Amino acid sequence: MSLFSDARWGEALTHLSDYLGNHVRVSVTALALGLVVSLPLAIAARDRPLFRSVLLGVASVVQTVPGLALLALFYPLLLALASVTLAWFGIGFSAFGFLPAVLALALYSMLPVLRNTITGLNGVDGALTEAAKGVGMTPRQSLFTVELPLALPVIMAGIRTSAVWVIGTATLSTPIGQTSLGNYIFAGLQTQNWVFVLFGCLAAAVLALAVDQLLALIENGLRNRSRVRAALGGFGIVALIAATLVPNLARPSSSYIVGAKTFTEQYVLSALIAERLRAGGLSASSREGLGSNVIFDALAANDVDVYVDYSGTLWVNQFHHRETPPREQLLGELKTTLEKQNITLLGELGFENAYALVMPKKRAQALGIHSIADLASHAASLSIAGDYEFFSRPEWAAIKSAYGLAFRMQQTMQPDFMYAAVASGEADVIAGYTSDGLIAKYDLAVLADPSQAIPPYDAIVLLSPRRAHDEALQAALKPLLGRINIEDMRAANLRASGNDAAASPDAVARWLWDRIAKR
Amino acid sequence: MPSFPLIAYSHVGKSFAGRGSSPVMAVDDVSLEVGQGEFLAVVGGSGSGKTTLLRLANRLIEADHGTITVEGEDVRGLDPVSLRRRIGYVFQSGALFPHIGVAGNIGLTPKLLGWTAAEIALRVNELLELVRLEPSYRDRLPHELSGGQRQRVGVARALAAKPHIVLMDEPFGALDPLTRDALRDDYRALHDRLALTTVMITHDMAEALLLADRIAVMQAGRLKALGTPAELSQSGDTYVANLLRTPRREAERLNALLPRDGAA
Ligand SMILES: Nc1ncnc2c1ncn2[C@@H]1O[C@H](COP(=O)(O)OP(=O)(O)OP(=O)(O)O)[C@@H](O)[C@H]1O
Ligand SMILES: [Mg+2]
Repeated sequence: MSLFSDARWGEALTHLSDYLGNHVRVSVTALALGLVVSLPLAIAARDRPLFRSVLLGVASVVQTVPGLALLALFYPLLLALASVTLAWFGIGFSAFGFLPAVLALALYSMLPVLRNTITGLNGVDGALTEAAKGVGMTPRQSLFTVELPLALPVIMAGIRTSAVWVIGTATLSTPIGQTSLGNYIFAGLQTQNWVFVLFGCLAAAVLALAVDQLLALIENGLRNRSRVRAALGGFGIVALIAATLVPNLARPSSSYIVGAKTFTEQYVLSALIAERLRAGGLSASSREGLGSNVIFDALAANDVDVYVDYSGTLWVNQFHHRETPPREQLLGELKTTLEKQNITLLGELGFENAYALVMPKKRAQALGIHSIADLASHAASLSIAGDYEFFSRPEWAAIKSAYGLAFRMQQTMQPDFMYAAVASGEADVIAGYTSDGLIAKYDLAVLADPSQAIPPYDAIVLLSPRRAHDEALQAALKPLLGRINIEDMRAANLRASGNDAAASPDAVARWLWDRIAKR
Repeated sequence: MPSFPLIAYSHVGKSFAGRGSSPVMAVDDVSLEVGQGEFLAVVGGSGSGKTTLLRLANRLIEADHGTITVEGEDVRGLDPVSLRRRIGYVFQSGALFPHIGVAGNIGLTPKLLGWTAAEIALRVNELLELVRLEPSYRDRLPHELSGGQRQRVGVARALAAKPHIVLMDEPFGALDPLTRDALRDDYRALHDRLALTTVMITHDMAEALLLADRIAVMQAGRLKALGTPAELSQSGDTYVANLLRTPRREAERLNALLPRDGAA
């Protein structure tokens, strides 16, 4: 199949108005906010050297923070702030999605505007500023009638730089819950859907170029004092914003929001849940690619209605337990803890996505290794690879001490590459995930954990506080509980990691439902 | 001696922090009175403090020492913005605002003073006629004008709000001799007709002698001499005498070079 006749282009197109609209809204709002803050600051700072260097210094430091980190930092910050305002003034606000994205992007937009405004204003010919004084202008009149108009081309150039940065960086607001063109990119990267990745990148690039050209038109109009061109550019920007607002206003607002974290299985499960809701006559929309720390808080704050988490993840990451009780006890305690936050643990899906030590079946047989316990005597001559966080997680400490493991070497790897690495012998053992489809694909063996050092990671369905007593929702989801076993999920994940139209989360979700509904 | 001093400098000093350690005395203990209706030319070498002297009068800079009065009032007691609005100023470089049209540049001070649009339009037409510019130039931008036309607009802008006092910093530089001659004569006629008090800086001794009632000679921040051309010619100072002789010396050399009846 040629790249352009791929059915996934059509699927990508169906999301365009939603993703693009949100992308434009968040970028334009952030840019506007950035301008409103930066311009007065720049004007105030231009003839105060100390203030100027502090301001530019701070803005530069902000710029060095990677966009993703900056966006991620704003989420807990706002969350804390929201709880403070709720406690003090009884007013809460959503720390999820739009607000943190706008604030972080606005901050990100400031440096070029600040720098160019200061440079532009200070670059105005001294003879002209003196003439402005000489004809009897107040400093304010001089600023508005002489200095700003003359500095405008330079200021506009800064605004253009800023606009392109913001539009590009806004793709990173997906993990904090702001729908954007980044949804294509994050989903595509996770599910190996390169059509989506390409589509998202192209759409963001086209948008950035379009906005840049419109601003260029305004700039050109102002530079050549052509009202027509400036007005045309302004009109273009306004039209762009208006166009993205229209479909949004038409959208139903009362739909259920299904969340998904940033990995393949989550995309498939959220597609499955959304499909079940629609089958039950409910309307559903998805918020995908959410950061693991963001999604739980979003649920607690009713920004997300339903998503699938894993018992061990909540146990360790959210509630910071160190000891691991047996599976049933952990689930029971988790349920009561969640209930205190009005979050409903609806039930388990039937499979686990736990960390597991994995190695090629043949190799394991040759060495006579069946469980992690058997690994201990060989570890000194073997290497182990894990994802970025594994070796700093309590599970790893627990495994090491429970079995007395000491590997020859340990390395971190991008999860997607780990399986291929262990299959090709580049690593001897990896810390993989039990539900990963690649385990079957590469004929790998999951080593047993007789000492139960690794906590259970049952996939569990969580409901937001406001949906706690929603009968329709619960009825629609009940058929999924206990129905998806580890083979189902591995097979689904493997399909989803393929690189064709049948690998889209929606297609895989339908396939998975067909498979489990038959039983 | 002038009748009533419209501008009076009394022991005025102004120094700037120099590049090195020692400050530059741009204006050094200058006392000087400009009478009502008088046309005073200020001459002197480059860097002798002429522009600084002028800028002190409308408080574009503040004096370190001494007092300056304008129409009898100490400028330190006046609001600098309204002071500047009642003094016309022609800048050394012209300094028209490049993003504002001819009419807009000329009408600036009246606009700042709150004149109505109709009054401003009328005044702009009047001034264009006064400085002999076609009304069709109204909407041009400064860069669409010749150097001479720009300088005319500069003069018109200074006169726009009907000031009694006009300060001009080399207003007729960089012009071809014919335009320069015409503009000079035009301005002197305006000065007389509108009963202005004018202080004009020039590098051109002939211009100073031809136009001015009195001439002030600056050297290294100090007022070297002050008087009518006739009074100055009596000066024993060699610098002043040299300066005064330059136009005649030039004329004599030109006479020698050009055949009597050949020059137009
Ligand atoms: N803002 C300033 N800062 C520092 N030094 C200054 C400043 N303005 C003028 N000066 C110095 O003061 C002295 C007098 O300058 P001024 O501009 O008054 O000279 P001028 O007689 O107008 O010269 P020209 O004929 O070249 O225009 C010069 O040495 C100049 O370098
Ligand atoms: Mg000068």
